[in-house]
Amino acid sequence: MSDLGRLERFLRTDPWDVGCDEALAVLHVYVEAVAAGGDAPARYPGIAAHLAACGPCAEDFAGLLLAVADG
Amino acid sequence: MECARLPVEGLDEESVGWLRRLGADGVDRHAAERELHARLVRIALAEVRRRSAGTPVTGRELDDVAYQAAGDAMLAMLGKLGDFRGESRFTTWAYRFVILEVSAKLGRHYWRNPTVALDAGQWERLPDRFGIDPVRHAEAAGVLAEVRRVVDEELTGHQRRVFVAIVVDGIPLDALAAELGVRRNALYKVVFDARRKIRRALVANGYLDEPGWEQR
Repeated sequence: MSDLGRLERFLRTDPWDVGCDEALAVLHVYVEAVAAGGDAPARYPGIAAHLAACGPCAEDFAGLLLAVADG
Repeated sequence: MECARLPVEGLDEESVGWLRRLGADGVDRHAAERELHARLVRIALAEVRRRSAGTPVTGRELDDVAYQAAGDAMLAMLGKLGDFRGESRFTTWAYRFVILEVSAKLGRHYWRNPTVALDAGQWERLPDRFGIDPVRHAEAAGVLAEVRRVVDEELTGHQRRVFVAIVVDGIPLDALAAELGVRRNALYKVVFDARRKIRRALVANGYLDEPGWEQR
């Protein structure tokens, strides 16, 4: 089953997942929580669940985090 | 342009400064807008370069996307200044506009030089998309055939088209959203429901052992 691990993980759906609209609406808040070194996933589990499953939103998160780090 | 509410209680000094300058009249506001626009351009250029491996857009066109994204983000952000609630630093809130604009623009530009056509249905590439070692393709064939059966027989026509485009053919979600004229969230929900339906079928038919998170 290990070779099917990615497929199996992809098919899992997390009921905490808030979807793109909600995640992007507070992305700036989530990014600052991560940048500050806090436990953002524990504080915002629905956002963390979504970013773990949605490639485009995860890209936006990574881009905003870099933008904030670069000032 | 909406006027920012000043001052925002508890906000950091830099953010208050931005809001004050952007809410002012004349020279101060124009200087602040130029400064902020320059920052958005710098971020947009860095962002399109960071994403360059995942888009068919290249070279000068990629830079054009960045400049257009910065300009459109600036207009959108200024139009929503009144929505800023001080939940983050002002610049973090402002930078979000340009990052999302880069995403949307790269999605739209995908169709100028697409790597795969809509409705191509490249099922033979599915094992590679999930990183299955070629020597184990035969072993995985049963599960993947069941995935295809569920897609063909149990998904709605719209779910099938979206799933095949994004998952089977690897069309970027933002590109498909631009092509279909819908929001990213709408397509994500379609794929989310399809994933759940496929997983349930795989569990019911003995291809997967445990139910996963959906019954948590």
